Amino acid sequence: MKADIEKIEIDLFLEAIFKCYGYDFQLYARASIKRRIKHLMKKNGYNRISDMTSDILHDPSVFEKVVYDFSITVTEMFRDPSFYQSLRNKIIPYLKTYPFIKIWHAGCATGEEVYSLAILLKEEGIYNKATIFATDFNEHALDVARQGIYSLKDTQKYSTNYQKAGGKASFSDYYYARYNSAIMRKSLSKNVTFANHNLVTDGVFGEMHLILCRNVLIYFNKDLQNKVLTLFNESLIHGGFLALGSKETLSFSSIENDFKPIDKKNKIFRKIKKG
Amino acid sequence: MKQKSILDFTKFKCIVIGVSAGGMESLTRLFAHIPKDFPLPILVVQHMHKLQNDYFITHHNCTCILPVKEAEEKEKIRSGTIYFAPPDYHLLVEEDETLALSVDEKVNYSRPSIDVLFESAADVYKEKLIGIILTGANNDGAEGIRIIKQKGGFTIAQNPKDAEFPVMPQSAIDLVEMDRILSLKEMTTEFIRWDQEDEI
Ligand SMILES: C[S@@+](CC[C@H](N)C(=O)[O-])C[C@H]1O[C@@H](n2cnc3c(N)ncnc32)[C@H](O)[C@@H]1O
Repeated sequence: MKADIEKIEIDLFLEAIFKCYGYDFQLYARASIKRRIKHLMKKNGYNRISDMTSDILHDPSVFEKVVYDFSITVTEMFRDPSFYQSLRNKIIPYLKTYPFIKIWHAGCATGEEVYSLAILLKEEGIYNKATIFATDFNEHALDVARQGIYSLKDTQKYSTNYQKAGGKASFSDYYYARYNSAIMRKSLSKNVTFANHNLVTDGVFGEMHLILCRNVLIYFNKDLQNKVLTLFNESLIHGGFLALGSKETLSFSSIENDFKPIDKKNKIFRKIKKG
Repeated sequence: MKQKSILDFTKFKCIVIGVSAGGMESLTRLFAHIPKDFPLPILVVQHMHKLQNDYFITHHNCTCILPVKEAEEKEKIRSGTIYFAPPDYHLLVEEDETLALSVDEKVNYSRPSIDVLFESAADVYKEKLIGIILTGANNDGAEGIRIIKQKGGFTIAQNPKDAEFPVMPQSAIDLVEMDRILSLKEMTTEFIRWDQEDEI
């Protein structure tokens, strides 16, 4: 029964990483994790998962590679333009009514979404009263996010996305080009704090008005999804908003009844006011 | 000349289909003949443009008697239902026979990628999986077919002569000894006759 051995090897591999380094991937959706483990094996010339497990236990630098390979940081500016349009038209009007706003961008990867949001807030005139916490557990990705330097060749696509998202100016107003790079304007990250935060093991961020966590939960199994959604629930004020990725949902989750959908297609939910 | 139907669908648990350029028409023809009581789920990765999907689903729902829908994450896989990978997401199968989506890097320049679906489905269903590769202008799916075969599954390629774009089925045929190489017409005959024994 070869397949069962592979399953045992994967379980041990994930357990070893957790016990040795504190990163818990045991409740991640297995099919994707398995794909990445196999990819890692091929890339690093291993024949067996257990050989890799043994090296990881004894050599932190091998582990480093694994963590970064396990965290899929694929992202883009104004991904799903209709989502940003909805944010602009349906959520920002509520946010405008608060004297200050706190936003948590969880799983921000290399930061493209954070700059997109910052642009939106600027254009709607509420950037200055916003504090944005942008978090991820991948330190490399956070470094890129902090720098805000992206490839110039992607800007064409981003510019199209920006227009579709209802952008009021020109996307090129927000960066300057240097060689092959697009360097985002520093005024966009002025109110952003980039920080390391692991959704599996770290705690709540208090009193948020808006939490965005897009295309992260699809990598988690049902139990972990519920755990992280509870964390978001506890971090939001009553009447606060939660925005998920376009294929993610609160349906059948443990916090479903505490929220009402504001935009079903764009996956924006509002925490119900109590009292 | 009629071919004897040796495919007993009841011995299998799932069908995966990969298709690229020319897919719309081929799938329409293939699905048009599937009977209402077809016993397996069908998972499809079709390379397409990000904006086309709703139209695809609607179109196939009109021309096919089985329910056709976009795959949702954590959704239980049901027999007699056709699931499409959403544009810009990979589709995978979990051990408990639910669906999973991911935004991992493109594979073979594609997301969704046929290889990603085929490999994860082969892991779960092993010899109870049928993999079908249809028309297309790239080689996504060939590696997936190889793994389906390796795990004991049943592999079918569209006859390249019959395919609007022959590269994709040909790449699979070059890499793997296929169990069957069929024209679309022959495939549809298989589907229609799935419950008829002693067919000549
Ligand atoms: C596919 S990206 C999504 C990026 C962006 N939100 C988007 O939708 O374009 C997933 C991100 O989630 C992060 N992530 C995965 N597991 C995490 C965890 N346990 N804690 C914090 N971040 C995590 C990854 O590092 C990665 O940057």
